[in-house]
Amino acid sequence: MTTGSLTVPRRTRFRLPRRQVPVLATLALLLVMYGIGVSQYTAFSNVQVIFNVFIDNGFLLVVAVGMTFVILTGGIDLSVGSVVAMTAMVSADLLQKGLPAALVLVIALLIGPTLGLLMGCAIHFFDIQPFIVTLAGMFFARGMCTFISGSSIPITDGFWTRMSQERIGDPRGNFVSISVLIAFAVVLVAAYVLAYTRLGRNVYAIGGNPQSALLMGLPLGRTRIAVYTISGLCSAIGGILLSFYTLSGAPLIAVGMELDVIAAVVIGGTVLTGGSGYVFGTVLGVLVLGVIQTLITFDGSLNSWWTKIVIGGLLFAFILLQRLIGIRYK
Amino acid sequence: MTDSRPVLTMTGISKSFPGVRALHDVNFRLFPGEVHALMGENGAGKSTLIKVLTGVYDTDEGAITLHGEPVSFTGPMQATAAGVSTVYQEVNLCTNLSVAENIFIGREPRLLGAVRWGEVRRRARALLARLDLDLDVSAPLGSYSLAIQQMVAIARAIDIQARVLILDEPTSSLDAGEVAQLFRIMRQLRDEGIAILFVTHFLDQVYEIADRITVLRNGGLVGEYPTAELPQLSLVEKMIGKELDVLEGIEEHSRRDLAELEEGTPLVAVSNLGRAGAVAPFSLTIHAGEVVGLAGLLGSGRTEVARLFFGADRADGGQVAIDGTSSSLRTPAQAIDQGVGFCSENRRAEGIVPELSVRENIILAMQAARGWLRPIPRRRQDELVDKYVKALNIRPADPEVPVRNLSGGNQQKVLLARWLITEPRLLILDEPTRGIDIGAKTEIQRLVTQLSDGGMAVLFISAELEEVLRLSHKVAVMRDRQMVAQLANDEGLDAERIMQTIASGSHREEVDR
Ligand SMILES: Nc1ncnc2c1ncn2[C@@H]1O[C@H](COP(=O)(O)OP(=O)(O)OP(=O)(O)O)[C@@H](O)[C@H]1O
Ligand SMILES: [Mg+2]
Repeated sequence: MTTGSLTVPRRTRFRLPRRQVPVLATLALLLVMYGIGVSQYTAFSNVQVIFNVFIDNGFLLVVAVGMTFVILTGGIDLSVGSVVAMTAMVSADLLQKGLPAALVLVIALLIGPTLGLLMGCAIHFFDIQPFIVTLAGMFFARGMCTFISGSSIPITDGFWTRMSQERIGDPRGNFVSISVLIAFAVVLVAAYVLAYTRLGRNVYAIGGNPQSALLMGLPLGRTRIAVYTISGLCSAIGGILLSFYTLSGAPLIAVGMELDVIAAVVIGGTVLTGGSGYVFGTVLGVLVLGVIQTLITFDGSLNSWWTKIVIGGLLFAFILLQRLIGIRYK
Repeated sequence: MTDSRPVLTMTGISKSFPGVRALHDVNFRLFPGEVHALMGENGAGKSTLIKVLTGVYDTDEGAITLHGEPVSFTGPMQATAAGVSTVYQEVNLCTNLSVAENIFIGREPRLLGAVRWGEVRRRARALLARLDLDLDVSAPLGSYSLAIQQMVAIARAIDIQARVLILDEPTSSLDAGEVAQLFRIMRQLRDEGIAILFVTHFLDQVYEIADRITVLRNGGLVGEYPTAELPQLSLVEKMIGKELDVLEGIEEHSRRDLAELEEGTPLVAVSNLGRAGAVAPFSLTIHAGEVVGLAGLLGSGRTEVARLFFGADRADGGQVAIDGTSSSLRTPAQAIDQGVGFCSENRRAEGIVPELSVRENIILAMQAARGWLRPIPRRRQDELVDKYVKALNIRPADPEVPVRNLSGGNQQKVLLARWLITEPRLLILDEPTRGIDIGAKTEIQRLVTQLSDGGMAVLFISAELEEVLRLSHKVAVMRDRQMVAQLANDEGLDAERIMQTIASGSHREEVDR
């Protein structure tokens, strides 16, 4: 390969691409679940079923992408569900007050990242556990929702309704919503950032070993603050998508969503301690959650709590898998 | 060479940690085009001086100038940007990233903001070729041994276009070939006018490469000397602050005859033990009271043999007999049960618990062996810990400080003490004297001798052949992941013959099997 002489024997051990194993496992799982669906219910093979999964979970996907950044650095962001709700609430409220849609969009998109930035600063400068800081952020944002209004606010704005109802489809009648396209755009941008930019690579380095990253001269603080800001931005976009979807803002919507998001990211193969994972895995993780839901609705006889039970089991299995890989991969 | 002006000066540097005065009024200068050795015992303050320089720690007092301008770096990022490139003492890279990325992260070649991965890999390969390394640059760094990780860290540092290169014990896990390669590059850089600060505990290396020496002792400056004017003996005296007679004692211990030792049933006998891709099947016997040295180059499979003995890796096949009865060593727990102790080379990843105190770290293995339901009485703990803190000269001698706050060499001593107090029947020492100053090194060698005289079997791995020769009754030679010879350590055996065996892989002189 090179002209250098061979003083070190090449590694002879067969090398499975360890870091890809969890993602491959998720992919396999997804295919199996889809297979089960198709074999049980004829309607399941309809492409629209998959499209619906994306339509119903577009906002979840966007938020999960942000969470992937945070978890890759070894952190956690518990505030995402509340920030999603707060963004939807603020949009609904401002629209109701008659502000133009464009201005509302800008404001709504600024709130999440600002909160993320503040949380990131608190985590970095005061050296507080992300768990605690974002827990505080979660209560704050949820409080703001009820502060704005105790009950849900409908959205009647023209732009919002258009975004909500627009269907982008093929001639055979299958379609997706605009939200899905936005979600895909977010995924592509995020994947690019993680794979090809310094910010993205620093995220992996910090998740691998923060102390080393610091001694290698990488901007530890800046990167940490950036990931919480990115997560805030993704939550804001997610909030807007959710308001497109429901055409309202409700103070108690998306309660506990942060847990679904974390589950999706982990099932997607990102290691909770940081340093390993892909956005593509997160997409698969979200799909797994969505397909489970769909399977259970198709069945009809099963209680929707089964979704939670299955997700719980899967989560456990995947963390176990990561652990097993982690032990062998030092 | 040194008649130009210094590129770097540090004056009146003081730095205290809670309860420890790590540096006190230290002066240091570095000239362009010189290799400057910073010497001192474990805990003398060498790494602290470096970290103060690069801004990892703030100074309490003192001033630093670079190219005549006062500087005060806020961290490694700034220091690197100003042309000060550092390899810190413990390998500080990210094992989850690829080899190539570890070399270039933070300064990747980019096109419109996008990292050019092809270019990164190509340049990484070229750079490693300069160090005579041929690695799969897209493999995660963690899949390579510590020694290779150390070489990668060095590759990263020399590629940064720096005026000052700082290497804190870069050679601790390298063997002779790698060191030669590194020195070749260091000379080349020096001739290009780069100033190099070099820390090591190997005196030979200092005399081979350094132009000047600065000695620290207990956080204070002893002096700065041209290497040519400071004979080895006085260097050691300056480092330890007393006459050298302490060190004379060790030399030849009454080496018992190998034949006599090997009478009776071996304590551990393995045959055809091996693991695909790690070590080819080998057979080896170790008797009570015997020290078996394991010699070989970097990556030759030394550590892999040790891991098989301890059950840290599982063997593919082969038999194990302990005290003559067939047995197995499939997991570390099993090995510990059978009285095997393993002091790993990778102390940071596999050994030290940084948050726990020295005392807690030392009693860890012993407590585990007894089971957690039978705590060791505190009095007994203190006695034992005191004994080993003294014997190994662990500093600070306060057993209650967290291990995190100890210097690298002192952490190594703590780890060693942990296994020594369990008094295993077979103790595996993988590079136990790495990063340890010569006073303590002698002490450790003496301990090994004492313990083996007392009936403990020892499997001793070291890159330093002199050390292997001094301690072992029998030397097993590894090459390319095979055990190519087992040589009795009699008058005829010297470092040169071991090197020859490594080079030729001769099978002729086996003593048993
Ligand atoms: N972060 C820290 N907190 C408290 N004490 C520290 C810290 N780092 C170093 N020390 C103490 O400062 C002193 C000097 O340590 P330093 O690491 O500079 O030694 P060293 O000369 O590099 O030794 P070695 O050869 O073992 O690497 C030691 O007594 C050590 O215990
Ligand atoms: Mg040091």
